[in-house]
Amino acid sequence: MVQDDLEKSIDGVSDGEALTQQFGDQVLEVIQGLDCPTVVVHKDAIVEVCHFLKSKRGFEQVVDICGVDMSEYPGHPSDAPRFFVVYHLLSISRNKRMRLKAGVGDREIIDSVTEVWPAANWFEREAFDMFGIIFNHHPDLRRILTDYGFEGHPFRKDFPLVGRVEMFFDDEQWRCVYRPNQLENRVLIEKTWPGVDRG
Amino acid sequence: MAEIKNYTLNFGPQHPAAHGVLRLVMELDGEVVEKADPHIGLLHRGTEKLFEYKTYLQCLPYFDRFDYVSMMANEHAYVLAVEKLLGITPPERAQYIRVMYAELTRILNHCLWLGAVALDIGAMTVFLYCFREREDIFDFYEEVSGARMHAAYFRPGGVAKDLPDGLLEKIKAFTERFPGYVDEYETLLTENRIWKQRNVDIAVVEPEAALDWGFSGPMIRGSDIAWDLRKKQPYDVYDKLDFEIPVGVTGDCYDRYLVRVEEMRQSNHIIRQCVDWLEKNPGPIKIDDYKLTNPPRAEMKSDMEALIHHFKYFAEGFHVPEGEVYAAVEHPKGEFGVYLISDGSNKPYRMKVRAAGFPHLQALDYMTRGHMVADVVAILGTQDIVFGEIDR
Repeated sequence: MVQDDLEKSIDGVSDGEALTQQFGDQVLEVIQGLDCPTVVVHKDAIVEVCHFLKSKRGFEQVVDICGVDMSEYPGHPSDAPRFFVVYHLLSISRNKRMRLKAGVGDREIIDSVTEVWPAANWFEREAFDMFGIIFNHHPDLRRILTDYGFEGHPFRKDFPLVGRVEMFFDDEQWRCVYRPNQLENRVLIEKTWPGVDRG
Repeated sequence: MAEIKNYTLNFGPQHPAAHGVLRLVMELDGEVVEKADPHIGLLHRGTEKLFEYKTYLQCLPYFDRFDYVSMMANEHAYVLAVEKLLGITPPERAQYIRVMYAELTRILNHCLWLGAVALDIGAMTVFLYCFREREDIFDFYEEVSGARMHAAYFRPGGVAKDLPDGLLEKIKAFTERFPGYVDEYETLLTENRIWKQRNVDIAVVEPEAALDWGFSGPMIRGSDIAWDLRKKQPYDVYDKLDFEIPVGVTGDCYDRYLVRVEEMRQSNHIIRQCVDWLEKNPGPIKIDDYKLTNPPRAEMKSDMEALIHHFKYFAEGFHVPEGEVYAAVEHPKGEFGVYLISDGSNKPYRMKVRAAGFPHLQALDYMTRGHMVADVVAILGTQDIVFGEIDR
């Protein structure tokens, strides 16, 4: 893995080192992940970091952007930001991948990277729709996957799996209406960790 | 004189050429598209949320339902992600079987694509021809998994069962006649005047634009970028197999058609090599760690420990070490990736599926601007859109 990194680095400097040199304190952590290097950056620097990676380090494509709600992750400190926005970048010219992460708190906003890669547009709309993460300077931050007029952000951990409303056809009004649902969340298989005896 | 204004046209969601449930709101100036705004999510099932409540084994069949015309290719991305986190490598025979089925799936997908696009553009016969070959491949699916579409055949650590007797001969016979079938499609389309008028120079995508919009698969190869994960970041046994990457020149719909037709021939060539290898090399088809795979049936019936493993495997599932991983495969439609975060339990903490069609459909607005309404159907067709994976 180390050899591989050296071969694909530019002038013997890996992407993580280059980011640390360029942005200093804004780069919070550099981890060599199982699949690709992971860099945690401060959310205020995300656009500059992406511009730098695209123009100087050859990351032409953003493969994926997604939100992660860390609030139920075991051992996640309660004062740490609740969400992560995770960017997967791909350099076709260098045949290299990279993962960028930026922590975003519950009532914080993060800058949009649509000005760097236009493809980020829908990915950010999806993260907004599912987690309620607000992307500043996004050209068109509407909901994308949920229904028109949907309330709430369904992929947050505090949103119930069965949802909050159900839809039915109302004969009197002759249209579809929502009402609070009566469903119970069934758990068929408990979530377990290794080494825990369940009798 | 009355002032002529743009008007808005609603296309879909119940339209035969919308390839599922696309609602497209188009702003038109006469017959020229000025803006196209796809409204997606009509097939959204919240699968990524469901994953967080399912064990790793229960998650697998959901992958068949993402891109429901290339089922096993979706499973492939998932099993690779889980295997990477577990740190296991399946036996070589399992890898060959998976590659063989991934390539059969590619033919399955491209046959549906070709038939549906030709039908959209007005060629009926191609559709019938393509579905004839799809039927053969469904039979191969059925023989190996019992299901004709939603196979759930790939498993973390290998595949579910070994190939039944006689299947390899059937697949071999298929690979011998399939190039002839592709010739038939090409006779009908490649030099067809109507087909060319509808496709040549429609929706030209420059290489820079293809990169900016996050294209992958045949869409980026049509724009003259030789990018194929099977070659560049090989997984399973692709690095041991011989095949070529076709690329287009101008980046129009016609080039993308040619790329996909050539991919069918290359896939056929790969399947042939896999069949030859599998005929000579019997062996295990999954790892023999019974914490991570189920023991064979006979052993389960006679051995107490195996019976316990069987129950634990199916009832509780297996625990995946804490960590995060992104695994991508060269799906027939492009890069299909799975980003998996595990907290060490028997259920994923978060799983994000990167669908190949999602950025492609996003670029529909860019690709259709300045084109006629009738071309929208051709452009939608060339993107090979399936809503199961886009809406998730």
